[in-house]
Amino acid sequence: MKAAACAVPGTDIALSVNGLAVHFGGLVAIEDMTLEVRGGEVLSLIGPNGAGKTTAFNAITGYLPPAAGEILYRGQRLNGLKPNRIAELGIVRTFQKTSVFGGRTALDNILIGLHLRSKQRALAIIFGLPSVAREERALEGEARAILEFVGLAARAGELGSALPYGEQRLLEIAIALAAKPSLLLLDEPVSGMNPSETTGFMKKLAEIRSLGITVLLVEHDMKMVMGVSDRIVCLNQGRIIANGTPAEIQRNPEVIRAYLGERYARAHG
Amino acid sequence: MDQLLQHGLNALMLGGTYALLGIGLTLIFGIMRIVNFTHGELYAFGAYMMYMLVMLLEVNFFLALMLAVILGVALGGLIEITLLRRLHSADIDTTMLVMIGAWIALQNAEQLLWTGVAKSIDNPFPAAPLVIGPVSVAWNRVFVFAVVIALIVATYALVNRTKLGKAMRATFQDRDTAALMGIQIGTINTATFALGSGLAAAAGALLGPVFVAYPTMGDLAAAKAFAIVILGGLGNIAGATIGGFILAFAEELGAGYISSGYRDAMGFLIIILVLVFKPTGLFARKERVG
Amino acid sequence: MKRAPTVLWLLFLFSIPLWIADLYVVHVLVITGIFIIAAMSLNLLLGYAGQLSLGHVAFFGIGAYASALMSLGFSVHVAPGTVVAMGPQPVWLAIPAAMALAGLSGWFIGRLAFRVRGAYFVIVSISFAEVVRLVALNWVELTQGPMALNNIPPLTLWLPGLGEHTFWKKPENYWLVLIVAVVSYVVVRRLVRSRAGRAMIALRENEPLATSVGVDVTRYLVITTIASAAIAGSAGALYAHYVRIVDPDVFLFIYTVTMVIMVVTGGKGTLAGPIVGGLIFGLLPEILRAFDIAPELQWILYGVLMILVVYYLPDGIVPAVCKWWQQHGIGSGRGQSASGTPTIGAGQ
Repeated sequence: MKAAACAVPGTDIALSVNGLAVHFGGLVAIEDMTLEVRGGEVLSLIGPNGAGKTTAFNAITGYLPPAAGEILYRGQRLNGLKPNRIAELGIVRTFQKTSVFGGRTALDNILIGLHLRSKQRALAIIFGLPSVAREERALEGEARAILEFVGLAARAGELGSALPYGEQRLLEIAIALAAKPSLLLLDEPVSGMNPSETTGFMKKLAEIRSLGITVLLVEHDMKMVMGVSDRIVCLNQGRIIANGTPAEIQRNPEVIRAYLGERYARAHG
Repeated sequence: MDQLLQHGLNALMLGGTYALLGIGLTLIFGIMRIVNFTHGELYAFGAYMMYMLVMLLEVNFFLALMLAVILGVALGGLIEITLLRRLHSADIDTTMLVMIGAWIALQNAEQLLWTGVAKSIDNPFPAAPLVIGPVSVAWNRVFVFAVVIALIVATYALVNRTKLGKAMRATFQDRDTAALMGIQIGTINTATFALGSGLAAAAGALLGPVFVAYPTMGDLAAAKAFAIVILGGLGNIAGATIGGFILAFAEELGAGYISSGYRDAMGFLIIILVLVFKPTGLFARKERVG
Repeated sequence: MKRAPTVLWLLFLFSIPLWIADLYVVHVLVITGIFIIAAMSLNLLLGYAGQLSLGHVAFFGIGAYASALMSLGFSVHVAPGTVVAMGPQPVWLAIPAAMALAGLSGWFIGRLAFRVRGAYFVIVSISFAEVVRLVALNWVELTQGPMALNNIPPLTLWLPGLGEHTFWKKPENYWLVLIVAVVSYVVVRRLVRSRAGRAMIALRENEPLATSVGVDVTRYLVITTIASAAIAGSAGALYAHYVRIVDPDVFLFIYTVTMVIMVVTGGKGTLAGPIVGGLIFGLLPEILRAFDIAPELQWILYGVLMILVVYYLPDGIVPAVCKWWQQHGIGSGRGQSASGTPTIGAGQ
């Protein structure tokens, strides 16, 4: 995979979320959320459990309907689009709970991820035209390259469910990458990983970023978040309470209060 | 107009029994979330038990009725314990396949035991119908209606006023939480399935003597039960009751004024139309049992 | 995949009518073959796409009636004073047309039925088949209702060396069905091993993940239903021109159940599954009949067998056999690649 020439995040806006609200019946999960993700940057969403981070992901990628607000990706309105359509636009997400196709081999998993990159038509498939076989071979090559990129090349023939936890999470990322995202939403990618796996992932993330992919990240691992993010947004109870660089966030009293409670904030404020 | 009244009266009788079928299924479908393909067979079972008890063993009609229902409850419980217990964590497809297998086995067992010839069951009511002005209704149908109403009220009371019913409603709302609260889900499942099956058997035991008993009678009954459940909303007893009457009226009027051949199609058409346009049923309040 | 065993198998299958003299056996094989085609089509929808569609017999029946009606000709009053009529068409035209019609009904049902999922979808699919059956039973002007469509002409084809040849004889129909079965198998195999097949399987295995990488749920479910319906329709058309009588009983739910049993016990989601299942449940009745076992008892047996398979061999016979072969190191199992490790879409 070739690296992009420029690794510095641009100032163009990739994703723009304006006044987003998400309700579950009577429960307000997200209220008036406004944020921007700039092209090429790594933005992390942090916040205590239940703050609404995964809900935000679900709303952005079409798994939940917004109750209010607008989501724009490079000027295109995402509200109401189905998840597969959003993927076509270049936005791919991973899931909080490990999501791979357990009953298929790792290679098959990636091939499924390559779904949008394939142009086979139904009639060509049925008539067994040589173009289909050619494309299958090309896809297999690409799939192996992607497995190589995440370090799972040796596991191509293993079933997804047979892989150890850390490798399953890598497979997840690989599947998402196969869909050629320009915006990648990662939901707690290193949860459950040990420190060495986490460091490995941080390196991978840097490589992904150098490909020019914009990354929106939800994470609890503060060390990782501080280490990889260009900017951080902190959510609490469905609202954004802070927005800034890692250094700014670390000192922000609202953030401290949200995570550690009122008394700690007052004691150390 | 008289014809309309007559149709209406017939629909009333029929609607009640349909309601029984529907209530039984909506409980099973709602609480256990399984597509119960054996429901129709319990209906047939009820009818055949009446045949066996009244015609072969010469048991008193009313006693036979009670026995038939009790046997239906027992059979339902048996099915749940032997077949469904071990599937509690399986996906819906697996459960459905098992239910289909059970349905085939049951229906053919019935066919084997009683042959395909339709059996009629004597009833102790006077043959001359009760005449009210321009309409007439057979006494046995009046009896059926009365029993049906009693059973519906009893079921409603069971589900809404007893401890067991409370546990059932809790399981319907949130299985996991109910389990965490100490409710024995296994027992609830068995009780629900037995109760639902008992209601189906009751419907069969009541209608068997009105019409006849034949091995495939369960199929149509099951289909109508599903239509009613979908119409009334999952787990909704009141909805199933109303749905039962709606179906009966649709059938009677359709058969009377359009074509009798398509009578049985009414149920299926209702299913398709409702599911496609209003999947939560006509009475969609928040889903709850009772 | 090694070609030699396949070629040998095919030669063996083709040769059967040459050395089996008992025409009744050939007849059983023809019917079994037709059912296997139908089972393969159901496997696409049930096994690969994971949709428990229990209305499948509707597509079979629509194919049968459509082909029969087109080859016999028909005329119906669709409104007072308006008649729709068609003269008798040659069978070689009727059959593909019937397939197309079945495929179309698959599209229609797919679009409607997939608005609901899970148990509700099952119920809608059953209801659809029942409505079609009741229409066939009651629209006597078109379908002759319970009096059935009779004297349906068999296929007439121009064959090199024989000229215009009409398929009256059983062995000829056996070969016809065998060819269609092989073609169906190849089509299903190609679909399953392609991007479309992967999409179907992905939807079955993990729908949210599949949609996150761009798989369009409705589109693929509908494509699968169309393909499945068209193949089932071809089986129905073959049936119509072989048995040459079609009545509304062809829509009975019990035939859907038969197909489901074949697919589930054979192994849903495998290419060989419906074939194995079809052979077992196509030939089993005949074997049991030899022992004078009542048909009702047979069905009880099938019901019990299906329950046992669901409990103990939940993936079906073919995967269980494959696993056993692999565990005992007997090279590669059926439907797998030569190296023994599952390759892209191999048999799964």
